[in-house]
Amino acid sequence: MKYIHDFTVTDNIRQNHEFVVLTLKCDSTIPEIVPGQFAEVRVDNASNTFLRRPLSIHDVNYNNNSLKLLIQEVGEGTKKLSNLNKGDSINMVYPLGKGFTKPLNDQKSLLVGGGCGVAPLLFLGRYLVKNNITPRFLIGAKSSKDLIRLDEYRDLGEVMITTEDGSEGVKGFIIHHPVLKTEKPDFNIIYTCGPDGMMRVLSKYAAKHNIDCQVSLENNMACGFGACLCCVTPTQQGHKCTCIDGPVFDSKYLKW
Amino acid sequence: MVDLSVNLGNNLVLKNPVMTASGTYGYGTEYADFIDINQLGGIVVKGTTLTKREGNPYPRMAETPKGMLNAVGLQNVGVDSFIETIYPKIKDFNTNMLVNVSGSTVEEYVETARKINSLDNIPGIELNISCPNVKEGGMAFGTSCPSAIAVTKAVRDVYKKHLMVKLSPNVTDITEIAKGVEGAGADSVSLINTIMGMAIDIESQNPKLSTITGGLSGPCIKPVALRMVWQTANAINIPVVGMGGISSVSDAIEFILAGASAIEIGTANFIDPEITIKVIDGIEAYLCEKGCKSIGEITGALKI
Ligand SMILES: Cc1cc2nc3c(=O)[nH]c(=O)nc-3n(C[C@H](O)[C@H](O)[C@H](O)COP(=O)(O)OP(=O)(O)OC[C@H]3O[C@@H](n4cnc5c(N)ncnc54)[C@H](O)[C@@H]3O)c2cc1C
Ligand SMILES: Cc1cc2nc3c(=O)[nH]c(=O)nc-3n(C[C@H](O)[C@H](O)[C@H](O)COP(=O)(O)O)c2cc1C
Ligand code: FES
Repeated sequence: MKYIHDFTVTDNIRQNHEFVVLTLKCDSTIPEIVPGQFAEVRVDNASNTFLRRPLSIHDVNYNNNSLKLLIQEVGEGTKKLSNLNKGDSINMVYPLGKGFTKPLNDQKSLLVGGGCGVAPLLFLGRYLVKNNITPRFLIGAKSSKDLIRLDEYRDLGEVMITTEDGSEGVKGFIIHHPVLKTEKPDFNIIYTCGPDGMMRVLSKYAAKHNIDCQVSLENNMACGFGACLCCVTPTQQGHKCTCIDGPVFDSKYLKW
Repeated sequence: MVDLSVNLGNNLVLKNPVMTASGTYGYGTEYADFIDINQLGGIVVKGTTLTKREGNPYPRMAETPKGMLNAVGLQNVGVDSFIETIYPKIKDFNTNMLVNVSGSTVEEYVETARKINSLDNIPGIELNISCPNVKEGGMAFGTSCPSAIAVTKAVRDVYKKHLMVKLSPNVTDITEIAKGVEGAGADSVSLINTIMGMAIDIESQNPKLSTITGGLSGPCIKPVALRMVWQTANAINIPVVGMGGISSVSDAIEFILAGASAIEIGTANFIDPEITIKVIDGIEAYLCEKGCKSIGEITGALKI
């Protein structure tokens, strides 16, 4: 079931020059949300945006009906949202899309994120912990100043890092990290969200080592709930909507 | 109580003038979590063609000031699949489910319409001779008077229920086409489909759509749509269904005053999935306030 709810901003914490975390509280009971699902957020009082903006659910607290969004400022919509203050209201259509699939018992998971793609991985990490699976994170960034929310991830499991300039962790891209260099991977599933290029490399890696890989796509969307067919990605079964058949897909299913 | 019902002719009676626009409302079920879709005057489902179509490659959408461009290109399951798998799920909704029919050749339109004619719970079709997003045909039928007449006549011969013809704004004089399809046997016309447009990403210097050009919709097209609805309503005697950028109660009332017997809401549903119900309630409130007993009292009531 999808809902349209008004939330109130209870907190807006700036992470660095381009990321903020918004905490939002709802007067209604928030429905069960699967990690990887997203919200279509209305941007009010912006002169140049028209459509809602899709944003992943970053964290959820069912006890007090609140949730968090991790927002990277890239254009007018995300800038407007990043500048909301305590007490401002925000309207969301949610929870949307198919999230990451239920973990298996013998699962050893690697969660790989880059850019705003780290957003759904925190909520996913918590969910895995609840299912007695210890997540390991591999996070890629341009430079150490772009790494955010590390403490939250470290609370849940090991965090490995690559930076393009080598200012923290291993120098290079995610695929250069030693955890992806071993003969035989010591994990059997990859969950990833981030730049297309990164996810394509990981899906090739997963195919080569015959392990599962779930990727979360960030296609342009107009509606977010399957009504317009604007957000398609080519799959083994033809065009599928990233908003209802995804955003999370088994990488084998995609025609990459 | 005011009477909101609208008779569009040939057994198509709407309980209120608010319908949803093809390609923006899926098969209706996509909105069932948000509103009671049975309250709508009608739902026009996705553009349907004789055979399955994959549509155009991604990217298919670009946001523009107060609107959006789309280049979906009639992605749909094809009429046989529609009849087998989708029709059973939507046939019992308590509203008028209209099928938007598209094609590349006259034969394709005719065959698709013939198949839909056999479906008891589909009271009408909206003949889409105005899609700007497919190379072969589509809009080509709606931009020349002889071909618009030819396809309407051919479909009229096999399709006995309500035949609404959807007009393209990408023409010099929309009233000529409207008169042509009226003469060819259309029961009503709907307008406007999207306006051809384009957008460029100046960083990459690429077009924002895979097809380079696409169809513009949303509030930015409203004044153009309203003008065309007014011109068309004054030129023909069959009912006009108006659309193009309707996003509020007052937008809807403007179209009705300009001569639209009913309206369709498209793109606005993406931003507010409850907009249709708000517009229905708002029209009723407006009629009460103006002391009208029925919607017909304001249809075409523009004072000049
Ligand atoms: C399912 C899904 C989940 C997402 N989750 C998050 C999230 O948790 N946090 C977050 O910060 N962002 C997320 N995004 C991306 C976010 O939706 C876009 O960054 C946002 O829509 C841009 O809006 P804007 O008005 O700020 O920028 P615009 O002015 O619309 O665009 C500015 C620039 O950003 C680029 N851009 C626009 N849309 C996207 C997009 N969908 N993906 C990548 N680049 C884009 C444009 O090409 C342009 O160069 C998600 C996207 C999807 C589809
Ligand atoms: C994503 C999208 C898909 C559309 N698909 C169709 C279609 O399949 N057939 C059709 O006749 N019109 C189609 N249209 C046009 C709309 O039905 C409508 O005519 C147009 O968008 C103008 O109304 P609006 O501004 O309220 O959206 C589509 C519009 C959009 C935005
Ligand atoms: S965004 Fe409309 S169908 Fe996916």
